[in-house]
This record gives sequence, C-alpha cells and structure tokens, in this order.
Amino acid sequence: MRRQLMKGNEAIVKSAILSGCRAFYGYPITPASEITEAAALYMPQTGGVFLQAESEVAATNMLYGASSAGVRCMTASSGPGISLMQEGISYMAGAELPCVIADITRGGPGLGNIAAEQSDYHQAVKGGGHGNYRTIVLAPNSVQEMADLTALAFELADRYRNPVMLLADGFIGQMMEPVEFRERAVEVSLPEWAVAGTKEARGNLIASIYLEPDLLEAHNRQLEAKYLRAEREEARAEEWRTADAEVVLVGYGIVARILKAVTAEARAMGIRVGLLRPITLYPFPVEHFKRAAERARVFAVVEMSNGQMVEDVRLAVNGARPVEFLGRAGGNVPTHHEVLDLVSKLALQFCPAMQPEEVAHV
Amino acid sequence: MSSITDQEYEVAHSKAKAFYPSYERKAELQHQTHYCPGCGHGIVHKMVAHVIDELGIQDSTILVSPVGCSVFAYYYFDVGNVQAAHGRAPAVATALSRSRPGSIVISYQGDGDLSAIGSAEILHAANRGENITVIFVNNAIYSMTGGQMAPTTLLGQTSTTTPLGRSAAHEGYPMRMSELLATLSAPVYIERVGLGDNKQIAQASRAVRKAIENQVRGLGFSMVEVLSPCPTIWKMTPVDAQHWVRDVMEKTFPLGVCVDRTREAQPRPEPEEAPALGRIPQILGIAEEDSGEGAPMHSTLSGDIDLEVRVSGFGGQGVLLLGEVLAEAGADAGLEVSWLPSYGPEMRSGTSNCHVRVASSPIDSPLVTHPDVLVAMNEPSLRKFYASVRPGGWILYNGSLPPGEYAREEIHVMACDFTREGDALGDTRAANMVMLGALLEIAEGLPQASIDAALRRCVSSNKWVQLDERAIERGRQLYRELQQEVRHEI
Repeated sequence: MRRQLMKGNEAIVKSAILSGCRAFYGYPITPASEITEAAALYMPQTGGVFLQAESEVAATNMLYGASSAGVRCMTASSGPGISLMQEGISYMAGAELPCVIADITRGGPGLGNIAAEQSDYHQAVKGGGHGNYRTIVLAPNSVQEMADLTALAFELADRYRNPVMLLADGFIGQMMEPVEFRERAVEVSLPEWAVAGTKEARGNLIASIYLEPDLLEAHNRQLEAKYLRAEREEARAEEWRTADAEVVLVGYGIVARILKAVTAEARAMGIRVGLLRPITLYPFPVEHFKRAAERARVFAVVEMSNGQMVEDVRLAVNGARPVEFLGRAGGNVPTHHEVLDLVSKLALQFCPAMQPEEVAHV
Repeated sequence: MSSITDQEYEVAHSKAKAFYPSYERKAELQHQTHYCPGCGHGIVHKMVAHVIDELGIQDSTILVSPVGCSVFAYYYFDVGNVQAAHGRAPAVATALSRSRPGSIVISYQGDGDLSAIGSAEILHAANRGENITVIFVNNAIYSMTGGQMAPTTLLGQTSTTTPLGRSAAHEGYPMRMSELLATLSAPVYIERVGLGDNKQIAQASRAVRKAIENQVRGLGFSMVEVLSPCPTIWKMTPVDAQHWVRDVMEKTFPLGVCVDRTREAQPRPEPEEAPALGRIPQILGIAEEDSGEGAPMHSTLSGDIDLEVRVSGFGGQGVLLLGEVLAEAGADAGLEVSWLPSYGPEMRSGTSNCHVRVASSPIDSPLVTHPDVLVAMNEPSLRKFYASVRPGGWILYNGSLPPGEYAREEIHVMACDFTREGDALGDTRAANMVMLGALLEIAEGLPQASIDAALRRCVSSNKWVQLDERAIERGRQLYRELQQEVRHEI
C-alpha cells in the first residue's frame, strides 16, 4: 500500500475503521477535533455509527452502550474532555468492556490552553476514574505509529476486555507525515458476552455492580490478574543506542523525537547517550529500564509536564541509578539545546571517562 | 385521556415469560423481588414484562437499568441486560439502539436518575428522536439512597436534604420532565400515568404497551412517566401511599398525554447497508489505486537532501498550504517528510506558522528550531524567527526591504514584495506560491513533476492549480534574476 501524507488525527480514524471499529461517539475539542470530523465522514460510509454526543460524559457512556452491543468502538478527546470521560472509563473497566480512547493532549490544568502538553499522563496512566482498575496506554510518536498503535489498541482492548488509551499530544495529532496502512480491513466477530438483542445473547448481562464484598473483591482480583498478565506480556519500548549508553534519555511522544535528534548530536560529540522510549505507558516497560540500569550511569527524563512519567521511571529504576528530570509546560517544548546542555552536564558529572574538552564547546 | 370504560383490560394472572422463573441472580429469596411492599416498581415491571410477551420481543429486547431502586431489574427480566451509570441510560440506550437497530431498547429510569443527574442525556436522546422507549418511574424522591430531595420532590415535601420541606425560593419548583420533553419536535409519544388506583393502573398499562409498540414500529422516541408510590421513604402504609399518588402528586404532575405523534410518525430510515470489507480501503482513500492521478513516485533525485524550513505569516496568507505543498512534493519524490503546523485560535486571527522537513534519511525531530530557509510572509514573522536561521541559510522576506535591525552577515536574504507579484499574476493569495518557487530554487533537488503532483493533491480547483503553477514559476524566475544581479555586482 502506498505511503500517504496525512495528519496523525486522520490516520487514527482510518486505521480504526480498518481495524473493525464501527462506532464513534465524540465531542469536539482542540486539538482532537479532526478525529471526530474524520469519523463523521467515514463511519457512515463504512457501515458504522457516528454521533456527536451532547457531552464527553454522554460520549463515554455511549461507548459503554456500543461496546455492550459487541461493537468495536472509540472516541477522541483532550485533557478537559478526558476528565469528563473518566466516569465511563471506570464503568467500562468495571464491566470489562473493550473500547479505544484517543487523548490528544493539550495544556492544563483547567481550561489551560490548546498547545501540546503531556500533562494527561497521570489521568491516562493511573486510571483517572474511581476504583481498582487500569487502562492500557499506548504512546505513538509519529503519524505511522498513530495508525499502527490504533490497530494494536483495538486488539489489546478485545484481548483484555478493557479500555485502551492512545496518549498522543497535539503535535503528533496535528502534524503530517507519510503513513502506510494495513492492506485489508479486518473482520471482527461478535463477542460471546455481547448484549446484541438476539436469542443467543439473551442471557447476557453487562454490569459493574457486585453488592457482596466477597464478590466485588473476587471481581477486583480477577481484574488484577488481567493487569498482571498485561504487565508480563504487553510492555513495549523502543531503545536506540542504549547498548553502551552511559546517559539514557527517556521520553515518549513528540519529546522522544527531539531526544533522538539530541542523541545523534551528543553521540557525534563523543558522549555515550542512548534513548529509551516507552511505547506502552501502562504497562510500563520496567524490564527495559532494569536492563538499561545495569550499564547506564544516569537516566534523564524529559517531558512536556512538571514531571509525571518520571515517577514511573524512578519506580522502575528503583534507586539503582540517579534519575534527572527536565520538564517544560504550558505548551512550551523542551528545546534541542536545553536537552543537549543537560546531557553534557550529566556526562561531566556522572561519566568520569569523558574528556572534559569534548563537551567544553557545548 | 381515554377512560377505563372505553377499553376493558385483562387481568394477568400468570407470570410473564419475560421474567425469569426464579430470580437466581439474587443470592437468597429467589421467589421474590427486592422491592418493598407497596412499591410501584413491581407493578411497572409486570406491565413491561407482559408487553414483551404480547409483542413477542423477548429475544430482541435489551433492558438498560441505571442507578436507582431499579438497578437490579436484570435480576428479574429474562432479556438482554445492561446496567448503566447513574443518569446515563439514555446515552447507553442510544448506542445499543444505533448499533443493533433490530433490537428493542428500554431505558428504565427513576426520577433522580432521569431528571437530575441524567437530565442532559434524556433531553438529547429525546431531541434526537432515538428509537428507544423510556419508562420513567417518578416517586418524587431519591429512594435508593435513603430519601433525599429529587428535582421532582413536591413543594413543602420533606426529605433528608430538605428537612424543613422543599421551598421554591431555595430549591426551585418540581420539574415536569414530560411537559419539558414534549416541547421538542422529535418525541413521538410522551404520556404521564399514575399508579394511584386500578383505573390509573389500567391506563398505565396501555401507555407502556403503546410506547414499546412505537419502537417495534421504528417510530422513534417514546416515554411513559409513571407516578409511583414509595411507602418506605414516604413513611406511609402502602394504601396511603397509593392514595397520595392520586390525591397529592397528581396535582403537581397532571396525568395525560403530553405529546402524541404516533399516527403521523414515519418509521426512521434504516441505516445504510455496510459495504463489503474489500471496498473499505477504497472508501478511506488509501487503496493502491488511489495514488493520485496514478502517478508513480518521482524518484529522480541525485544526492542527499536534508532541508529544514520554517514558514510564517498572517492567517489567510496560505502559510500552511505553502508548507504542505513542499511536504507533499517531498513525499512524492520518495523522501522522508514532516509538516508540523501551529494550530487553533491563532490560525483564525493572528499569526500562523509551520515546520517542514524534507530529507533522504528518516527524520528524527519534526520541530525545526534552526531552519535552512525561513519564509517570512510578514514583518512580525521576520522579527520572531530571523535569529533562528542557521548560518549560511536563507531568509525569504515578503517586503521590498528588510528592516535594517535584522541584518545578519552570515545569512542570505531575498527580500521582495511577493504580495505584489501575486497581484500581478491575478490574485494576492498566490504570493505564497511565488515564495515557494523561490524556495525551490534555493533548495534544489525536488523534481518539477513532484511539485506538480503535490499541487494537484493539495489544491482542489483547476483554476488555482494553474495560477499556482505560474506563481511558482514566477518565484523561480525572481530568484534567478536576483542571482544574476548579484553576479553583475561582483
């Protein structure tokens, strides 16, 4: 299939439809609206349902309904909208309903602004709603990954019967890059648990209520077992030049792209630096960090936030190595120079073999 | 409202088949419901179950039960069951109905659920005319949570959160949801009925049947509001509670039809049939045969290319399009490209800019901090970005003379009134493509065939494609003239 220049937001919808998504319920919000708009255009033509809901609360509960009916479904929003969707996400996790939610993040808290930030990490990764549940969270860093991880998101949502979030930022959503899609649209079969309005499905019940403490605890334990399995089997990360890295840069989404450019430049200066990019934010790729910690002298986490993912990095590294942090917020992006300065400083501080003159000109 | 004598009704002595024979989902007491003695839910459940039997829709029925005393309706109804969040049943029902148009979706809600927390969801489901049936059981109080005020609580009525009685000044008036929803254009049928005596119950039963029948006929949204006794929370005997429905509640909530368009309503259109899976890539415009004019990639490049461009100007000057055509041309030539726009409100009034990279090898960061070429379509853009240009790089400035304070020795500047050039070609808005022409001369390497293909993809009207082609050529010419002048000076 040919590579086409396309916005990340549009790639999500096309990949979703190819992945069998046939229902989209959304509410407009910058910088995610192109997803809703593309769904409005393509869903009806492909035998799917599109509806603009009255609110994000309604949209997420419509997903609950569509998923109950056994249909692959999705929505898209950003910061404030995701906050409102947390009710439905908790209910879907509790009722074990698969769905995909794209969060194209913007600046917060409150109304914040519409520039790209990565400050939805906590509410996406830590399960921003109530109760003992997790959402699987995938973090694309290119338009191609917007397509690929959307396809993966639908597979994981079904495999784990759980909401899956695509956590991208305004940059990845708005930018255009060439993208190539899977060749064929997949055929999705009706899940046996679905309430589909048929004789066979008549006995089915979708619910998240367990009044008896023992039953609810058992339900929670079963969810927990599912999440543990996901932690064992689904953690994904990209490593670039980490094999001999002494300074390991860590970032996801658009930040990882900047870090890659910095890594190349710092390598050219003789600093042994590598990039570790989590692709799944939950489950967090803990093993990648443990392995990297064996050789690395220091980790440097860069985020477009005050420091959210850095907490997971510190948990993963568990004190084995220092974890430094550089964050920008409000829609500002960590610049190439800021990161390079940090890398040079850390190289001097933590890597005694480094020749000071090699970095002196930075 | 029709009188009971108009139409006799049959007393159902047997248990409806739509109920489970025993309520196994209940841990104990499998022969009875969890409802209190004298509660109206049991009667309403029976009505719904008998209608399901009569219409033969047990297999296709999906019952949505949100939070409230009826949250456990799935214990009793042997149909597809979905338990929903507080107030959200109409949203859940909407999606069930839309994705399974052959099913009968019943949203069974209480008054706290429907008129307070779920007021938005019911309003919009009704306004869309969803093909669902809503059974709205109104007992003027939050019963399940122990007797707090609902929007339907009567004036003066005490509750645990209005211990001195509801006052209009403080809590507002009891909300008449049926009348409110009846002001909308879409609902087919909305009636308020009561369980105050046998006559009312008979009418309620007919209303429930009609509301579900309407859905079977595909007519759209129907709702039956049932004034229903709650002896436990009202602290009355079942008999007194029933009388209270008839003698007190009814004064605030008059019984009767609020809207009935059953006769003139037309069935909602069936959803379009889904296309064959094989056609989907084509519909999405990503099939192999859609590769724009059937043109192959124009991979005629010699040598490596790594171009970083920043384009900036006022919204409306075609800043983003200039970048897009450049990126499309790069992609057409088989190169790696990225195009990153500024977005949002600034597009609409103020400045606009984009980052474009075109390269032979994979692009790490799509952010351009030090452009090889800055295309500044106005003076504020020049001011903002001139210092970022890489030494040896270029500034293309849309103005006859760049202001002196922006002079930098180590960079090249081409200043020209590109707007006037656009005007001369026939439209001011072609200025962006004149600038692109100059940029393409500076950058070199991109085949003209790729530029042409990119223009055809990005620009929809033929007239504009032609104008833009001339504009690009004019830009190339202007650059070459400038180079000659420089040579002359030397």
